[in-house]
Amino acid sequence: MVAGWFAGEGDGFRLLGTCCAACASVFFPREDHHCRNPACAGGELAEVPLSRRGRVWSYTDSRYRPPSPYVSDPELSWEPCALIAVELEAERIVVLGQAAPGVTVEDLTVGMEVEVVPGVLHEDAETTWTTWHWRPTGVRA
Amino acid sequence: MAADGGEGVTGEVAVLGAGMHPWGKWGRNFVEYGVAAARAALTDARLDWRDIGSIIGADTVRGGYPGYVAGATFAKALGWQGARVASVYAACASGAQAVDAARAQILSGLADVVLVVGADAAPKGFFRPAGGDRPDDPDWLRFRVLGATNPVYFGLYARRRMAIHGDTPEDFAQVKVKNAAMGALNPNARYRKRVTAEEVAASAVVADPLRLLDICATSDGGAAVVLSSLEFARRHGHADPVRIRAVSTVTPRYPNTVLDLPDIATDSAVAVDPPAATFRMSIARAAYEEAGIGPEDLSLAEVYDLSTALELQWYEDLGLCGEGEGVKLLRDGETALGGRIPVNASGGLASFGEAVPAQAIAQVCELAWQLRGDAGDRQVAGARVGISANQGLFGHGSAVIAVR
Ligand SMILES: [Zn+2]
Repeated sequence: MVAGWFAGEGDGFRLLGTCCAACASVFFPREDHHCRNPACAGGELAEVPLSRRGRVWSYTDSRYRPPSPYVSDPELSWEPCALIAVELEAERIVVLGQAAPGVTVEDLTVGMEVEVVPGVLHEDAETTWTTWHWRPTGVRA
Repeated sequence: MAADGGEGVTGEVAVLGAGMHPWGKWGRNFVEYGVAAARAALTDARLDWRDIGSIIGADTVRGGYPGYVAGATFAKALGWQGARVASVYAACASGAQAVDAARAQILSGLADVVLVVGADAAPKGFFRPAGGDRPDDPDWLRFRVLGATNPVYFGLYARRRMAIHGDTPEDFAQVKVKNAAMGALNPNARYRKRVTAEEVAASAVVADPLRLLDICATSDGGAAVVLSSLEFARRHGHADPVRIRAVSTVTPRYPNTVLDLPDIATDSAVAVDPPAATFRMSIARAAYEEAGIGPEDLSLAEVYDLSTALELQWYEDLGLCGEGEGVKLLRDGETALGGRIPVNASGGLASFGEAVPAQAIAQVCELAWQLRGDAGDRQVAGARVGISANQGLFGHGSAVIAVR
């Protein structure tokens, strides 16, 4: 669904972006065609792993089931899902993601450290859709 | 041909008429709302539809039709009469871009008098992207990958303000209380009931920390304005019309470092430092610069209060107060009727709800009525200069400055 946005397992799991060889701009989700810096003549866009850890820029949650194309099982009652916007210092970028299962807005504060971990977005009999989650550092699921 | 007819400021166009179809959940076709608004605006302008040289529609999706329609749809419903036609899509900024296109035609001499119409019949509940698997669309991706609805973004901004500026949910609720009180005075508003802080606090959390009454609803509605050259206005007996002096339609500057709908991430500032002004600030600045005025000259402002917390952000982005001082301005009553700079005297989206293509035009209608002194019980005393501001999905800025 979103090929090449993340890779790796366990502690080696990383979000993948791209980096412009000419101006060093970083892009996530990956930009594979043209550098978007208007002052840049354009360079090769190479895949780069993003920092594993960052700080919470802000957070919220979805208390109501999001509409399609979000996929969720209508047979199950909706569990509020927390979302975290995370500032990555080295890349100077903010990346939004779902919180790891069990992490609620009560567990979060702006500025706290979180790390990226592999997660499951949705699964059915044939397919498991994997994704990234943000999880406060020091928490083990 | 010259828009100023030999006097006054060049670059201005006259607002000859304004009209709306009341907002609500009427369950009818968007064409009906747009035509009702257009006829009201024409009556207000004391013009016949056949006098109109050009019609510009703010786009909506016609059910079952693979595309966006507006201008010609309204023209057909009003009766084909051969007018020049255009349609524009810029999400929430569609109405402002329609006004801008009309203004460009008038100032260039392509048309003397233009009818601008926007209308929609919005779906219930959350806005969502069009169907199908479309992973090349950022709007589709944020729903599919994250389940990130519009209120999720409003919740992120609200929480950020709480952390950075010390705003509280009680402060946010006071925005709703203020706007509902003004909406109660507006016959075109969908919600015409005062709301208390207790009622906001008792409503369900939608996206922490925002509750149902902090977030605007989706609605049906329509709005229209008739714009002309100042020379045409004078010829048709409008001696002292409200005039549009600026329309801002700017895009962001790279790197855009405030996470925004519908994006999953910001631009990175690793190679280029962020611009001094955020995107929302730059929208207002462009309008001020074009109009040759500043925030201190304003009598009123109409802003997109998609959430209560976002209205506070607009105070700062419009320069009505310093950064982080939005709550103080609100608490001091400066943005209520009778205050120094009433914001959303119409009742805002809090009272109207969203009918996307119509809303930026509705803001101009409110400015026109206020500057003419025709706003009834919600009249801002002595209003001379007004600004509207909003932001359209995918990087469309929008602000209009009107003067009298
Ligand atoms: Zn570059």
